[in-house]
Amino acid sequence: MHPVRKKRMTIIAVILTVFAAATGLVMYALSQNINLFYSPTQIAAGEAPQNVTIRAGGMVVDNSVERKKDSLDVAFMVTDYQHTVRIEYSGILPDLFREGQGIVAQGKLDGRGVLIASEVLAKHDEEYMPPEVTDALEKAKAQ
Amino acid sequence: MNWTWFHKLGSPKWFYQWASNWGGRCVYLGLMLLVIGIVWGLAFAPADYQQGNSFRIIYIHVPVAVLAQSCYLGMGIAGFVALVWQMKLAPVFIKSVAPVGAVMAFIALVSGAIWGKPTWGTWWVWDARLTSVLVLFLLYMGVIAIQNALDDQVFADKAVAVVSLVGVINLPIIKYSVEWWNTLHQPATFKLTEKPSMPMEMWLPLLFSALGLYLFAAGLAMWRMQSEVLKRERKANWVKKEVMSHGV
Repeated sequence: MHPVRKKRMTIIAVILTVFAAATGLVMYALSQNINLFYSPTQIAAGEAPQNVTIRAGGMVVDNSVERKKDSLDVAFMVTDYQHTVRIEYSGILPDLFREGQGIVAQGKLDGRGVLIASEVLAKHDEEYMPPEVTDALEKAKAQ
Repeated sequence: MNWTWFHKLGSPKWFYQWASNWGGRCVYLGLMLLVIGIVWGLAFAPADYQQGNSFRIIYIHVPVAVLAQSCYLGMGIAGFVALVWQMKLAPVFIKSVAPVGAVMAFIALVSGAIWGKPTWGTWWVWDARLTSVLVLFLLYMGVIAIQNALDDQVFADKAVAVVSLVGVINLPIIKYSVEWWNTLHQPATFKLTEKPSMPMEMWLPLLFSALGLYLFAAGLAMWRMQSEVLKRERKANWVKKEVMSHGV
């Protein structure tokens, strides 16, 4: 290769490496803030601050949803299969909210370690299926 | 390895003639595939068991989002070629593709927001995936702005090449954001190495619309590059001849 081009290539490689390293370090330093939510394990370990708005995410535990009959108050447990966190919320839940579904709730931790949520968002995974397939799967499971 | 094709790309005249042959074909074939894929996806593919019909926006969202990243990768490579080999066509490529990619990134953001409202319950969250795609869109805007703000074409080309090249660092961040951090956005639907995470009758229309959009964008890029080449080579004899032959 022509020596001039080789020199240019080296310069570019050095610039790119430096930029990539700088970005990587910034990302690493900010990783706690880049994470959208705390997992129940992190909350149980005391990593999440109290009385500050945070997000908590995990799977809604089966049979844990309690609804009040006369208001929109709802409480449920969220788990990452190691620890669970109780979440209390008053408002309309997204369509995809159900037991076994991943959710992200925004709110404040109170002294009891319960998250008083002001917003609940539903997460979904990248597995898409026609309803007939899930019906068939359910039936197979039941048998 | 035979490098003739690479050296040929250095000749705007050769490229112009090659693109005259292929530009239109790509655009029309691409449009056809795109229409098939989208109609198939929106009207005939089965609905999702969980999200129902709102999942169908995937047939627009995913192809557009993937293409937005591919366009930027192409610009980054062209930026590298422009800086090292100073090939005439490389800056032409960046200038022509940037607006296409910007539109794709914009549609990806908007269609994602429209999808997010019914399924997640919000138009927007500052999670790593959404934010890094917003950064991609802003990088496109930066490239376009620099290209138009600098009067000296040679200098503008160089500046834009540097931005394109450095901005490529954002691409792995977009790709792996859903794996490195907790995000609201789900992991990728298109996986190169594993089998797709949806059954064939859902996946095929997605493949059609993605391929169609790629071809369409490639043809569009060729057309845009052709007119940019004519503008830049306006003093060359072959351009004069070409224009004259069309009776101008």
